[in-house]
Amino acid sequence: MAAVPDELKVTAEEYRRMVGREKPPPPLLQNALKAFFSGGTICLLGQVIQNIYIAFGFSPEDASNPTVVTVIFFAALFTGLGLFDRLALFAGAGTAVPVTGFSNSLTAAALEFKKEGAVLGIGARIFSLAGSVLLFGVVTAFVVGLISALF
Amino acid sequence: MGSYLTAFLVGGLFCLIGQLLFDLTPFTPGHILSGFVVAGGILGGLGLYDRLIRFAGAGANLPISSFGNALVKGAMNEAAHKGIIGVLTGMFELTSTGVTAAIVFAFFAALIFEPRG
Amino acid sequence: MSVKVAQQSIFLDPAPSLASTATVAGPMEGAGPLGSDFDFLYKDQRAGEKSFEAAERKMLLEACSRALEKGSFELDTIEYFLSGDLLNQITVSGYSAAVLGRPFFGLYGACSTLALALSLGSMLVAGGFAANVLAATSSHHSSAERQFRYPTEYGFQRPPQAQWTVTGAAAAVISATGEGPWITAVTTGKVVDLGEQDSFNMGAAMAPAAASTLLRHFEELQRSPDYYDLIVTGDLGAVGSKLLRQLLGRSGYYPEDNLNDCGLMIYNPHLQKIGAGGSGCACSGIVVLGHLWRRMKQGELNKVLVVSTGALHSTTTLAQGETIPAVAHAVALEM
Repeated sequence: MAAVPDELKVTAEEYRRMVGREKPPPPLLQNALKAFFSGGTICLLGQVIQNIYIAFGFSPEDASNPTVVTVIFFAALFTGLGLFDRLALFAGAGTAVPVTGFSNSLTAAALEFKKEGAVLGIGARIFSLAGSVLLFGVVTAFVVGLISALF
Repeated sequence: MGSYLTAFLVGGLFCLIGQLLFDLTPFTPGHILSGFVVAGGILGGLGLYDRLIRFAGAGANLPISSFGNALVKGAMNEAAHKGIIGVLTGMFELTSTGVTAAIVFAFFAALIFEPRG
Repeated sequence: MSVKVAQQSIFLDPAPSLASTATVAGPMEGAGPLGSDFDFLYKDQRAGEKSFEAAERKMLLEACSRALEKGSFELDTIEYFLSGDLLNQITVSGYSAAVLGRPFFGLYGACSTLALALSLGSMLVAGGFAANVLAATSSHHSSAERQFRYPTEYGFQRPPQAQWTVTGAAAAVISATGEGPWITAVTTGKVVDLGEQDSFNMGAAMAPAAASTLLRHFEELQRSPDYYDLIVTGDLGAVGSKLLRQLLGRSGYYPEDNLNDCGLMIYNPHLQKIGAGGSGCACSGIVVLGHLWRRMKQGELNKVLVVSTGALHSTTTLAQGETIPAVAHAVALEM
């Protein structure tokens, strides 16, 4: 809703262009490399953990379960220790895209809102960041599942 | 046993795509990760995501897109046995581990730790 | 006799005195270039309290009590308490007002609150409605993040145009008697909205409001930028400051090095990861009432124009796709 006073002698469109010129560009290449490297490393570590579980007797299909639990555990731990957000400043999507991001979003919300109590704080707000991931995952699976069941 | 190199490369690639979306679009992380999950679900419905997991192991299993795939597979597998109701009863079968772990660990972390700000 | 000039400005006569000030801040602000100008520095974000919100209340009350003490003002000589902050329902100010027990005007101007409080406080005094007014403001990085953006432990990257909310509080006693600096003029801003939608680019959202208020101030009071030793905006940051200069230039004003920004002064960009600069009510609060006040008292600056800028959106309006309106208020301080 534009409110452009006369004394400014500029239109909203002209100002948008000025802003576009002054807005500093994100360091695309640097960020991309950092995300690639850190995300790749997290998945690599995940693969190591999975192979360890296979060595302990899990079958290759079943081993992904304890692997995911282990990765989620460490992400929650790092979040609690105050380290995850610092790592994420560097890694960006490298920590957000793997399931570590999902775990962090739940843990960070739970930590933050516990001041409002277990029910009104943690309970009510724990999914405030991850809710959309759950919602769209479930709705997609419902639609795709329905389509595949009908045809 | 999975290959470490493919896990690293494919996992890194998923994250690279996510980073470009963060930096080049006005969408929030919530939007972009939701997009990943939907994409994983669609690829899962087409049977392609499982192939990616066989190729890249944790490199495809750890990114959040595999959550979408797992939800779809759970729904489809149960629907194949039990008909349409299977879409609802089976959906969380494969993702139960991850979601439960995330909730439980988040809760206990909240009991033990304090946010630093 | 105070005079209303044109539509938005007032000459205050007799000019009320900015008789006493106090500032408190968090560790990052203490580690910045102005750290020694603040009266008290907290070692961490929680200040020994159980929540960030409680910590911010503690900081605001600490600044208020120090301002009273430094000027030897008894609390019951304060006729009005004017305060505002960033939190929903301005609870930091409201709950602090409950402790102080003085007649209370709660203010919301987002990051423009300092100039807003000084404007109204000086109008109350110059208008003969009070001999002493306590004006204060606070902000806290973690309480603001938690409310406006994300839980503080959430892992995400800030874009380079994002700014860092200052943790701190500032308070001043505005008095009918007392020494300089004196508040000689006030220009009240209109809300301006040029369509910014990026909540991480506050500087761009607020620069037009700063330009509008400055242009009106210069026109209405017949002053050029050179009249002032220093003109400071509240928290336009690196991006907003550049845009302000461009907007002023379109009307033929080209201030040189006497135009600065509190958000750029408060942190050291090479040592501290603060994006495009500091922001928050306490940004102009502690820089003006701590650092600039000292420089004026020491004779280094004689005429300072303070232009605090605030963005008036909420998380709801943003999510609903609305743009970000902003306002800027100007207060002239002269020795």
